[in-house]
Amino acid sequence: VMSLFTRFVEIGRVVLVNYGPYEGKIAVIIDVIDQNTALVSGPQKITGVPRHAISFKRMSLTDIKINIERSVRQKALIKAFTEGQVLEKWEKTSWAKKRAARVKRANMNDFDRFKAMLAKKRKSHIVQDAQRKLIKASRTK
Amino acid sequence: MPYHEYQVIGRRKPTETDKNPKIFRMRIFATNEVVAKSRFWYFINKTQKIKKTAGEILSVNEIYDKKPQNIKNFGISLRYHSRSNQVNIYKEYRDLTRTGAVTKLLTDMGGRHRTTYRRMQIMEVKAVTPKETRRASTRQFHDSKIKFPLPHRVLRAPRKRYDSLFQAKRPITHFR
Repeated sequence: VMSLFTRFVEIGRVVLVNYGPYEGKIAVIIDVIDQNTALVSGPQKITGVPRHAISFKRMSLTDIKINIERSVRQKALIKAFTEGQVLEKWEKTSWAKKRAARVKRANMNDFDRFKAMLAKKRKSHIVQDAQRKLIKASRTK
Repeated sequence: MPYHEYQVIGRRKPTETDKNPKIFRMRIFATNEVVAKSRFWYFINKTQKIKKTAGEILSVNEIYDKKPQNIKNFGISLRYHSRSNQVNIYKEYRDLTRTGAVTKLLTDMGGRHRTTYRRMQIMEVKAVTPKETRRASTRQFHDSKIKFPLPHRVLRAPRKRYDSLFQAKRPITHFR
């Protein structure tokens, strides 16, 4: 049932490239070549993905979509991309944030991990304080 | 295997009587120039009274698509040897380049008819307009508002080294 699907392969759909030289970058579906391949473009100036054919297996569909013509050229694509604020929308999604957090975590050095440990301790202290207060309040009721 | 398109130009070796023999040009799809030259002689042998020993190749150039960023519908006329007889068929493929379409053709023919490169003679690879396409499977993509979901999605690791044989959780194959 089509109504169960929310993300479609369509012209203007923003995708995340999962595999290959442009892995981790987002791109826009400009056209569909056949049932396995789409013609995709970053646009190159913004995301670094050039206009090329890529298999559906190598991409993940996102919820973001822009309004473009079939096989649109770079200039019009860049215009639609910036007007649609695709990069901003993408960075706001929890999907993108999780990916960024993973990268950040992987690039932590020892000092960063030390700071994270202190921050976690502070946070749990605040949470436990609040919890203790609530339990005390419920007990005295 | 990536196929290339070569332009092979050859002729019979010039002799005393025939100083300027007729020159023949063929567009051959092959994996490399060596195979291209070999196929050139194969076709010339069949159609003309010239053997490789009696002839010479004047040039071999690789041909590229004029617009490899535009999607085209390729209608390919083909003659192939099946196990019992030879067959003429016409097949259609959508691709960006002629070589891409021919690569698809060769893998498709191998899968459907168990033919190999050497048992096929590609007669014509022509970019046809959407109106001229004959196959419903090609026509279904001629939709400016094309839209379909990806129902069963098997995601794989972004790099081969992250592929694992066992997983802790069942994968989710939809909505991605």
